Amino acid sequence: MDKVNDLYNMTPPGIDWMIIMPVLVACVTGLVAFLWMSLQKERDTTPMVLTTLVGMAVSAYTAFAQINFSNASTFANMAMRDSMSSILQFSLAVICFIVVLFSDAYLKQKQIAFREFYPLTVWATAGAMIMVSTQNLLMMFIGLEVLSISLYVMAGMSRYEQKSEESAMKYFLLGAFASAFFLYGIAFIYGATGSTNLDQIAVAYATGNREMLGLLVFGTILMLIGLSFKAAFVPFHQWTPDVYQGAPTNVTAFMAAASKVAAIGALFRVLIAAAPLQSYWMPAMFWIAILTMTIPNLLALVQKDVKRVLGFSSIANAGYVLVAILAAVKSGSNNYATVCIYLVGYSLMTLGSFAVISLTAKQGKEGTSFEDLNGLWKRSPLAAGTLVIFLASLIGIPPTGGFFGKLLIFQDAVGAHLTPLAIVLAVNSVISVYYYLRIALAAMVVDDEGEKTVSAPMTPGLQSACIICATGVIAMLFLISPLQSVLHR
Amino acid sequence: MNPLPLPLPFPVTGNQVGFLMLAGLAMLMSIGVVVMKSPVRAAMCLVLNFFVLAFIYFTLNAQMLGITQIMVYAGAIMVLFLFVVMLLKSHAPAFNKEKIDFKPAVAVPLGLAMFVMIGSQVIWPLRSMSTIKADNSYGGPQAIAKVLFTDYVYPFEIISILLLVGVVGSVLLAKRKV
Repeated sequence: MDKVNDLYNMTPPGIDWMIIMPVLVACVTGLVAFLWMSLQKERDTTPMVLTTLVGMAVSAYTAFAQINFSNASTFANMAMRDSMSSILQFSLAVICFIVVLFSDAYLKQKQIAFREFYPLTVWATAGAMIMVSTQNLLMMFIGLEVLSISLYVMAGMSRYEQKSEESAMKYFLLGAFASAFFLYGIAFIYGATGSTNLDQIAVAYATGNREMLGLLVFGTILMLIGLSFKAAFVPFHQWTPDVYQGAPTNVTAFMAAASKVAAIGALFRVLIAAAPLQSYWMPAMFWIAILTMTIPNLLALVQKDVKRVLGFSSIANAGYVLVAILAAVKSGSNNYATVCIYLVGYSLMTLGSFAVISLTAKQGKEGTSFEDLNGLWKRSPLAAGTLVIFLASLIGIPPTGGFFGKLLIFQDAVGAHLTPLAIVLAVNSVISVYYYLRIALAAMVVDDEGEKTVSAPMTPGLQSACIICATGVIAMLFLISPLQSVLHR
Repeated sequence: MNPLPLPLPFPVTGNQVGFLMLAGLAMLMSIGVVVMKSPVRAAMCLVLNFFVLAFIYFTLNAQMLGITQIMVYAGAIMVLFLFVVMLLKSHAPAFNKEKIDFKPAVAVPLGLAMFVMIGSQVIWPLRSMSTIKADNSYGGPQAIAKVLFTDYVYPFEIISILLLVGVVGSVLLAKRKV
């Protein structure tokens, strides 16, 4: 009898609901939107769009309100809060908000009638939020799967286009492969340390004996390969351009922003925990950073499709963030500020560019070559004007967020004695000017053909998405020092 | 455990008899998977093999593993296999017959080598094992339920979202038209 009592005498873990509130709000929003979709007979999407917008705004607020809160963890250390998790959760909710803003018009123009898009996006955001707000590898994996499985489906949402199906298939196969790598790495680390919690694993890394070292190094390498696939570092990047080109543009925007923020946030935490083993992985990551910055910039020079160019640009940007991560880990400061600031700026400018490009979809057709942008300045000055701001920020021209992000990374890299990486970053910023300017020129040029090119009309949703992103990119100037003071604490 | 009163030159315990019966059945069934010509019969052999393996787990005090084996493998995965096999009505196509088949020449030595390797690494060190080493509560349903509803309740709930995403996604991809 005593034994039975002992078994049923469960002490539930202490729960701090505030910590998981952003995730909880996102999950519930997805459920509400999904129920609405099933109950509603007619094809009207307005209530679903409004539900997701309100839900994501609440989720963003609950994340933002916690930025100054003290670090804490709950649910037996499965979920945690620090300044990085709050900022990244906030930016993920904002990313979802902006994507939903311009998706409605785009999906209608593209004649994709799947209303499941809204709940799936919101759940994918919840998965990404889980990834950046945990120190537990198992939780990280579950978050990664929620995010990835939603994205595989969303990439193949344009059912009458072969390239969309190709995109979904490629993303699914390579993504499943990467997940397997990540999980296999977790299994090795668990075998060596008996824990899936990064705090305990960090202790084991530091105090580990010789017998454990082989397992730890092998497991770490597998985990880094898995996360590098997700963050699209060279040489694990081959899927990116094809997937970005084939997926519907709003899904590409979400992929480029949210899944990159989540993968890089998780990678940062893993690398901080693995800092005692840096003599093993630092040289490899150093070269991966150099390749990730250089190769996509060279490949982007010869592309003919704007979505492909932006895909290569997102790979290169992941390389820049990797430099910031390596600098933070190598200097031992584990400083979140530069990585978070760059990720926020990068998400805004990438989202904005894709939002403008989504204008080229009209009546089920979509052309995303450079010529299809011609005359955009004539047709919708707001879109073309904000596009120039986003491209200026991607290049890194002074008053924009992109410039300050790159400047901070440069300073950090030099400060951490990673000067070669800083130089490669600067050289690549110069190379990238060429293809970003090509996009801007294509939007400005008006020739005979350009006058005839049709594009969808601007909708209030798309206008507000462009304005929010452009304001954010410019306002980074004033946000950097408060963000730094919050993140340095 | 006392040996059974059997007229044999060596002592045999009840445990050993039970294990030999189950293990022999499992081996017969796995041979059946390879030998049966009809894919449906081969799949049924695999189902029975999974069942017998689950009973071996039960005898080793790993009830949870046994239940999971029956529910997940025999119940879900194999039923899916059977559905696919029956829906596709796949008979062994005639053009697969080759004039000179090199496969047995390669497969038989490889199989024997595998058997010798497993035999030397696993069976030999384990031959003296006669009692169950695992604790009674280790890996039992109660122990697993306890951590599932305390320490692991958050991932458990998030997995429900993951399953929902899977269902919604597969329905979306299976729909041809909206």
